[in-house]
Amino acid sequence: MKCDRCNKPAIVHQVIIKNGEHREIHLCSTHAAEAGVPNPGQQPINKLMTTIGQPSTRSAMPTCPGCGTTLTQVRKDALFGCPECYDTFGRGTAIMVERSQSGAAHHVGRGPGGSEQEAARRFESRRLVEELDQAVRAEQYERAAEIKAKLAELAEPPSSGEDGL
Amino acid sequence: MPEFAHDEDVVLSSRARIARNIAGMPFVHVASEDQRREVIARLLPPLTGTTSAEPTIWTDLETAPKQRRRMLFEQHLISRQLADAKGPRGVAVAEDEAMSVMINEEDHVRMHAIAPGLQPGLCFERIRDFDVAIEPLVGWAFHERWGYQSACPTNTGTGIRFSAMLHLPALRMTRELEKVRQAAKDLHLAVRGYYGEGSESSGNFYQVSNQITLGCSEEELLDRFVNTIVPGIINYERSARQMLLRRDRIAIEDRIGRDLAVLRAARLLKVDEAMRRLSSVRLGCCLDIVKVIPLQQINNLFHEIQTGHLQTAADSHLSPIQSQEARAVLVRRRLGEG
Ligand SMILES: [Zn+2]
Ligand SMILES: [Zn+2]
Repeated sequence: MKCDRCNKPAIVHQVIIKNGEHREIHLCSTHAAEAGVPNPGQQPINKLMTTIGQPSTRSAMPTCPGCGTTLTQVRKDALFGCPECYDTFGRGTAIMVERSQSGAAHHVGRGPGGSEQEAARRFESRRLVEELDQAVRAEQYERAAEIKAKLAELAEPPSSGEDGL
Repeated sequence: MPEFAHDEDVVLSSRARIARNIAGMPFVHVASEDQRREVIARLLPPLTGTTSAEPTIWTDLETAPKQRRRMLFEQHLISRQLADAKGPRGVAVAEDEAMSVMINEEDHVRMHAIAPGLQPGLCFERIRDFDVAIEPLVGWAFHERWGYQSACPTNTGTGIRFSAMLHLPALRMTRELEKVRQAAKDLHLAVRGYYGEGSESSGNFYQVSNQITLGCSEEELLDRFVNTIVPGIINYERSARQMLLRRDRIAIEDRIGRDLAVLRAARLLKVDEAMRRLSSVRLGCCLDIVKVIPLQQINNLFHEIQTGHLQTAADSHLSPIQSQEARAVLVRRRLGEG
């Protein structure tokens, strides 16, 4: 897999999930450094030490960047802190929602915009996002790229200028 | 047997509710006071503006006197939670008082509509139209997979809840309510008391609502609620009433007659006693045992006898004894002296 910004091989792969949209980043060492993304192979030794000294709070206790609520707190109150919590706690969200909705795992029906076509588009994009997730997890980057292309096509709205997924 | 529109012999009223939150803002229990003020500031123009889809009257509940909050609660226009909460919050009420929009309850927005008898579809259309009209002006938090996002996972997806206030005196008398509760549970229905969550049943009223909001469209949820679930309970109550009449007509007539006589003669009435005896008289109306009092008049009394309503009517605070006296006077006036 090549770097997003040049033709060198990418050594950093990240999947960013925000507001239900998955975005992948693949960067070579130069562009990773430029973007400030830590490169696992080239971290200065003192930075590595601090990382070891202070395990990231994320792995210890998932915390929502949107509202600062932890998964433990969400579970305790049975309340999310903000809309972003839904993606932040991924699997935890799925477990909580499905448990309180007797197994239902997908929204059906009206959404913003409200038209039938829009609902069908959302359904398809949801399916693709899940497929992409699986492909990335299985490190099938070529398949992921194909799905990404389909998603981009789907997200290309007739008039909006958003760059989609 | 008299005929009743919209199954009003068993169903006192129906409601539909939609829960919504503003995109990009923390939910109410996490939001700072400033953020909760911002929620209000962003919603006030679409709720009360001249271009509003529904003309509504705003009450700032942070500053409203306790009396006003109690009144809104007794009218089922706000929840106990919103009435008793602290900080920036409020309610917009439609002019006909059959629709309200609570701001900063558990979610940023909770819209309700209420209608007499079994008409949840009517309520649904009213709040859906309102939701569709204000959505582009506000921008709700929406997730591709989880639908409209709510603070509590029990409300996510459509955010819709239908409920019916059922009058089930015969099922109570025949001790069959447990069966209804069990059946309701199997159908993913919640059964609550007269004032909703956490409240005791009062006057043999039970509020039944769908518990699932995700995985089915609003229309499917409505269809199941109004065509399958609630009719099942209605018919169960009706056959229990007929069974009581066949088995014990004299005993039933005696009981209803005594309850009506007490209501007409009492000089002091506590709210629980009034609810209990009015429930009996309501059953009498539906079974054509009590003939002269219109059902509507009794339905209204369930609201009118609540303390907040009595205090509003008297335009002053009433001591417990004064409330009991005012309640008895009102009931006598409505039902006629015996
Ligand atoms: Zn590069
Ligand atoms: Zn959050």
